[in-house]
Amino acid sequence: MDFLTLLQVLDTTVRLATPLLLACLAGLYSERSGVVDIGLEGKMLAAAFFSAAAAFYSGNAWVGMLAGIGASVALATVHGLASITFRGNQLISGVAINFLAAGMTVLVAQSWFKQGGRTPSLTGSARFEPIDLPFAIGLPDAEAAGRPLSQMIAEAGPLQQFYSELISGHSILVYLAVLTVPLTWWLLFRTRFGLRLRAVGENPAAVDTAGVSVVWLRYSAVLICGVLCGVAGAYLSTALQAGFVKDMTAGRGFIALAALIFAKWRPVYALWACLLFGLFQALELRPDIITNLTGLKVQIQLLGALPYILTVVILAGFIGKAIPPKASAEPYIKER
Amino acid sequence: MTAPAIELKGISKAFGPVQANKDISISVQPGTIHGIIGENGAGKSTLMSILYGFYKADAGEIFIKGQKTLIPDSQAAIKAGIGMVFQHFKLVETFTVLENIILGAEDGAMLTTSLGKARKELKHLAEEYGLNVDPDAVIENLSVGHQQRVEILKALYRKAEILILDEPTGVLTPDEADQLFRILDRLREEGKTIVLITHKLREIMDTTDTVSVMRRGEMTATVKTANTSPEELAELMVGRKVLLRVDKVAANPQETVLNIRDLRVVDEKGVERVKGIDLHVRAGEILGIAGVAGNGQTELLEVLGGFAHGTGVIEVNGAEIPLTGHGADGQARRAAGISHVPEDRQREGLIMEFSAWENTVFGYHRDPAIQNGPVMDNAGIQAEAQEKMDRFDVRPPNPKLAAKNFSGGNQQKIVLAREIERNPDLLLIGQPTRGVDIGAIEFIHQQIVKLRDQGKAILLVSVELEEIMSLSDRVAVMFDGHIMGERDPAQTNERELGLLMAGITDTSAVADAGDGAAEEALNDG
Repeated sequence: MDFLTLLQVLDTTVRLATPLLLACLAGLYSERSGVVDIGLEGKMLAAAFFSAAAAFYSGNAWVGMLAGIGASVALATVHGLASITFRGNQLISGVAINFLAAGMTVLVAQSWFKQGGRTPSLTGSARFEPIDLPFAIGLPDAEAAGRPLSQMIAEAGPLQQFYSELISGHSILVYLAVLTVPLTWWLLFRTRFGLRLRAVGENPAAVDTAGVSVVWLRYSAVLICGVLCGVAGAYLSTALQAGFVKDMTAGRGFIALAALIFAKWRPVYALWACLLFGLFQALELRPDIITNLTGLKVQIQLLGALPYILTVVILAGFIGKAIPPKASAEPYIKER
Repeated sequence: MTAPAIELKGISKAFGPVQANKDISISVQPGTIHGIIGENGAGKSTLMSILYGFYKADAGEIFIKGQKTLIPDSQAAIKAGIGMVFQHFKLVETFTVLENIILGAEDGAMLTTSLGKARKELKHLAEEYGLNVDPDAVIENLSVGHQQRVEILKALYRKAEILILDEPTGVLTPDEADQLFRILDRLREEGKTIVLITHKLREIMDTTDTVSVMRRGEMTATVKTANTSPEELAELMVGRKVLLRVDKVAANPQETVLNIRDLRVVDEKGVERVKGIDLHVRAGEILGIAGVAGNGQTELLEVLGGFAHGTGVIEVNGAEIPLTGHGADGQARRAAGISHVPEDRQREGLIMEFSAWENTVFGYHRDPAIQNGPVMDNAGIQAEAQEKMDRFDVRPPNPKLAAKNFSGGNQQKIVLAREIERNPDLLLIGQPTRGVDIGAIEFIHQQIVKLRDQGKAILLVSVELEEIMSLSDRVAVMFDGHIMGERDPAQTNERELGLLMAGITDTSAVADAGDGAAEEALNDG
């Protein structure tokens, strides 16, 4: 495998890891506060649809994303009501949200667009276009030179290849997602809000007796989770692809949950876990590379299952121990 | 005269049909230690939870330093200068001491400044009150005694003038409890007001200036501690005369029933919890195992009861019983003549959702005597349960009531009735009176002694040293999976046993000499 192919695979990895990372960090906020969220998938899916629909009507990807965030936050509020206010079962609430989103998106899409449950293809400013960073070889350069972009990159030096192929040329949301990692770390471990958020996921009674509202903290975590899932959904339908199709999240919400466990609920580990799982997905698209490298013909389904297999291995305690926040999934009820 | 630090007027609180507090008025003078004593469910904790803003009173007023104060939540209580150390600590176990202390009392949105300030303040508090704790230690690595210090430091960091402690010694070793009371004395000297909630008469007598007694949600008396006696307090708590000592004649031990040689138990985490112990119990005697919780007593009982595996030799009536594999289960143990009253009655002794009569046959439900052809003889079991409940004075005597609806003492009586009435050769009994009222304690102790006098062997495990001392005919002390030594309860004292419980075997100084020597031995340890 040559250097450029490697860069191409890594480039795909980054693009595929982005929605995982956003959803994983979304789950991190929620679970760190003690609210388990298996509804990441549903929130992303709803956001993907409403982003695509709003982007189509408005012609503006940012308007689309706002609509997606709105839809995701609405579902997050439902989850918050069920699991915080009414102290219901968080798993059941999450499952319900997943089913609701899966059915509702297709139904509404069919009713609005009559295209078999998909939105029309998005073009131009209705999508988040790749951004060319300064000094990188991008599409405008290729158009100016009148040659294919891939050819121009192939002729450049390795450093320029690395910069243009891997670092540059992603949509703004990819860069945003990466920036969310240090931001989350800082928020969790360097601020008062983070201390309280982590505390409420470990022992809500400690937070309550310290005179801080458990309910408010958990709601803010769940709402942040909703916002991040919204961005993840918008990325799927208006950046990674050009429009919404049925079930387009394709289990990414669950892979993100697996990554969260793999990352032991830590933001920087979450980045690496999502990149690893993104790499598996990228290789699924290029099975020829594995065959070239190893001489084996690998079932691509196996790659798809790898995140789950690895998570089970982690949970079984073979590679270190993944200990979830202690109050995970437990509604807080005052007691002496 | 200065205004009282705390004055409660006419506080009432109901949980559904249960009136937890009925028109309670109390006044606590500043700079004193005020005890509140009462049985479980008497309403002590509820009253203090109201004072700390954890519950809202249905009626009544709170005055702090003479000022009428509304306490709708804990934040308001903290502002009013009230700090509370709960029975179950409210600490974040994965956080450091420092992080726990600033939680909810941070200075500004950034942590670094708060942590820096807390570190300085903590050093200052440690010097002032003798409360030494490593600020960077993670809570889950601290001993229970140190965790409790963190709770006290949390309150002091929030400038508490009034400190409420709810059953603070339940989880401490005698030595740790002594240290706690020294700290409380120091706090009182500095002018803090302390409210001590407990059900232990001795603590009240030793440490408090005044004491209030609660019974069934009502305040029955407030007296100067110097003017009262344990007997009087017990009577005020229970509402009748209570025998505080266990009345028993000398044991008449016969042949050995239980013989344990080199028993070892490894828990599911791979940690060895019982590290090669030798013990024997004879018919007609009570062997008490003293020790701080978590030193292998639980595992010892589990292996004997057949719900954990071990290695070594255990003989019952001369026959070796299997410790692993088939035959090492509860059924086999009962068949071998072993009855078991487990430490955690709510998890291992009863099924809380099931009715009392069903609970009276668990473990013995395969007994042909209670079968009626292919089905169980439910009517017969119910009738028998009714008799047992009458004999053991279970209140209310209603076999159809679910186990969870009985008080702790009555739940324990149901378990005891089931296990004792099966006429075992050996009774294993763990924490017989944990969470049990004084009145019921008396009854349970009598039953245990009665069983002994019938010539049964009894292995008693308890973290209550007083209970061990008064019930046992021989006392063995467990520490870190080892038996540290065996003593005759008539020829030892709490200090000596306390040292053994802390793993210090050189107790010769304590057994013979006075307090000064004990102090030295403690310092050496």
